[in-house]
Amino acid sequence: MTVLVFVENIDDELSQQALTFARGLGDELHAVLIGAPAVPAGLAAYGVSIAHLAAGLDAYAPAAWAQAIVELVARTTPAAVMGPGTDRGNEVLAHIAAKTDQPMAANCMSIAAGDPASLVRVRWGGSLLEEARLHGSPMLLTVAPHAVAAEMVAEPADLVLEEFTPSVSNVDLIARVCERASAVSAGVSLTDADVVVSGGRGVGSAAGFAVIEELAELLGGAVGCSRAVTSAGWRPHTDQVGQTGTKISPEIYIACGISGATQHMAGCKGAKKLLAINPDGEASIFASADYAVIGDLHEVVPAISAEIRKARSA
Amino acid sequence: MNVLICVKRVPLTGGKIVLTEDEQAISTRHLGFTISPHEECGVEEAVRLIEAGGGSSTVLTLGPPEAEEQLRDMMAIGVDRAVHLVTDGGEWDPQATAAAIVDVIRSEGERYDLILFGNESADAGNFQVAIRVAHALGLPCVTGVKGLSVDGGSVRLEQEVAGGRDVYVVPMPAVVTVKEGLNLPRYPSVPGRLRAKRKPLATSTPARPDPRLEMVRLVLPPGSGKQAEVLGHGAEAAPAVVGVLRELGLL
Ligand SMILES: Cc1cc2nc3c(=O)[nH]c(=O)nc-3n(C[C@H](O)[C@H](O)[C@H](O)COP(=O)(O)OP(=O)(O)OC[C@H]3O[C@@H](n4cnc5c(N)ncnc54)[C@H](O)[C@@H]3O)c2cc1C
Ligand SMILES: Nc1ncnc2c1ncn2[C@@H]1O[C@H](COP(=O)(O)O)[C@@H](O)[C@H]1O
Repeated sequence: MTVLVFVENIDDELSQQALTFARGLGDELHAVLIGAPAVPAGLAAYGVSIAHLAAGLDAYAPAAWAQAIVELVARTTPAAVMGPGTDRGNEVLAHIAAKTDQPMAANCMSIAAGDPASLVRVRWGGSLLEEARLHGSPMLLTVAPHAVAAEMVAEPADLVLEEFTPSVSNVDLIARVCERASAVSAGVSLTDADVVVSGGRGVGSAAGFAVIEELAELLGGAVGCSRAVTSAGWRPHTDQVGQTGTKISPEIYIACGISGATQHMAGCKGAKKLLAINPDGEASIFASADYAVIGDLHEVVPAISAEIRKARSA
Repeated sequence: MNVLICVKRVPLTGGKIVLTEDEQAISTRHLGFTISPHEECGVEEAVRLIEAGGGSSTVLTLGPPEAEEQLRDMMAIGVDRAVHLVTDGGEWDPQATAAAIVDVIRSEGERYDLILFGNESADAGNFQVAIRVAHALGLPCVTGVKGLSVDGGSVRLEQEVAGGRDVYVVPMPAVVTVKEGLNLPRYPSVPGRLRAKRKPLATSTPARPDPRLEMVRLVLPPGSGKQAEVLGHGAEAAPAVVGVLRELGLL
């Protein structure tokens, strides 16, 4: 069975996971790359035998990229077409589905071929799973982040390169990236931080975040928050952790005054350790925490900062 | 200009999800309902665009009779009118949902300059209804937008990506999906709520086609199985916390 994978960036773990996932479904793995500056060496290591390189589509234009893949599908008739469960992976696959009027399943954890195919996919940003049937051919899906761990093959085959020039209409090029504005970076970013200290409604006010900021700075970390905080206007949305905020994976997540709603936890499941500070011993965040401090964050957090200073000056 | 925003009623789950006995839905006996924060920002944006430039805003939902609650909430914030595609509450797949929305837009004479969606629905997260609607209507589609400004007949859209923002400029009519952070949505006022009761709400009852992405049942993911280690109570816990940080090599 041939599986075609839209490889967004072979150096990215999520693309590597999508290829690993694809090997579980098919024995012949094709990759399609669009706008890639060079042929990435890593493809064969993840089991790809043929890489299709679309020429002439450098700027990202989701409908045009999908059109290129639709043409490739017509020529190579794969049993499944998949991509990583990233913004672009989901977007390109949805355009393929719309153009071909086929069903598409986003963020799958597993799939078994059949008529219909049976799959498990994530809902609510990962707080809930769904078993579903996919009645379409080819199977169109994206792979949920971390559904599988990325694994290389033992004996990579020789990679065959096939360049092609898709015939894309102007209509498909209307929505395309025409400019990249670079970010003004202020401090450690939430996604890359080893330590994230986050505050929730329990912080009480925008000014109350001073103690959170102090601890984050002492640890070289970033400040996060819950949606209760952004909705109140205490912090910008760029600080929000969760289903509709940022997904983080620090070494430790220190959650202060956060109750642990499923939508918040959807954003910090990737944290290696979780320390929760909350006076309510029944708060649901304690069910996912590694460490608990029962108490008022306005007493506990400054005490931790003072203790760190003491340890450092000793 | 005319702006349409599509929203989906979903349960407001709290700390722990409980399923109904038939595993077809979340048990909502103790829960309220809401829409996705992404969609709330879409509603706010629609209201601001009409306040600034004139025209009319419409909110649309496909959902059970009770979803009128969400439509009235959005009209209380300032949306002018609502369209309710009434279902029996069962799951509609994204293809069927998009087709029903397209039928409404066509039957109203394709009069919308901007058709707004959430980047993904809060519950199903299919990431595709908007894109399907755009293709059916032959319109450009930009997703995951956190910046939007209308300039004459076109709209400039900004998308957050690693290292910055990608910018798109597309002519209207266009389909746009938005993410939370685009703006800070307002809360409904009491006079707003009173006005909302009298605003026009059109209903129809489309037939549900057979699903092609067919939900079989919901499954709770395995719990974390964690038993938190209590480091202490109040400020006295600080030395134990610092001990943990040191153990993890973070000091
Ligand atoms: C579709 C959808 C998407 C969502 N996406 C997100 C998201 O991305 N991110 C997100 O965070 N939320 C999200 N939410 C909202 C989420 O459901 C919760 O409403 C929110 O996370 C609650 O924030 P909180 O824990 O700060 O507030 P609360 O739930 O009010 O909890 C406050 C906590 O603070 C504690 N506390 C009070 N005083 C103190 C004190 N002095 N010291 C220490 N603790 C104290 C309380 O015991 C309580 O546990 C989403 C909701 C929906 C429906
Ligand atoms: N039942 C529905 N009624 C109205 N709009 C919907 C419905 N389902 C999805 N949408 C819209 O489509 C967006 C994407 O949904 P999805 O493709 O399910 O992730 C949502 O954020 C809504 O704006």
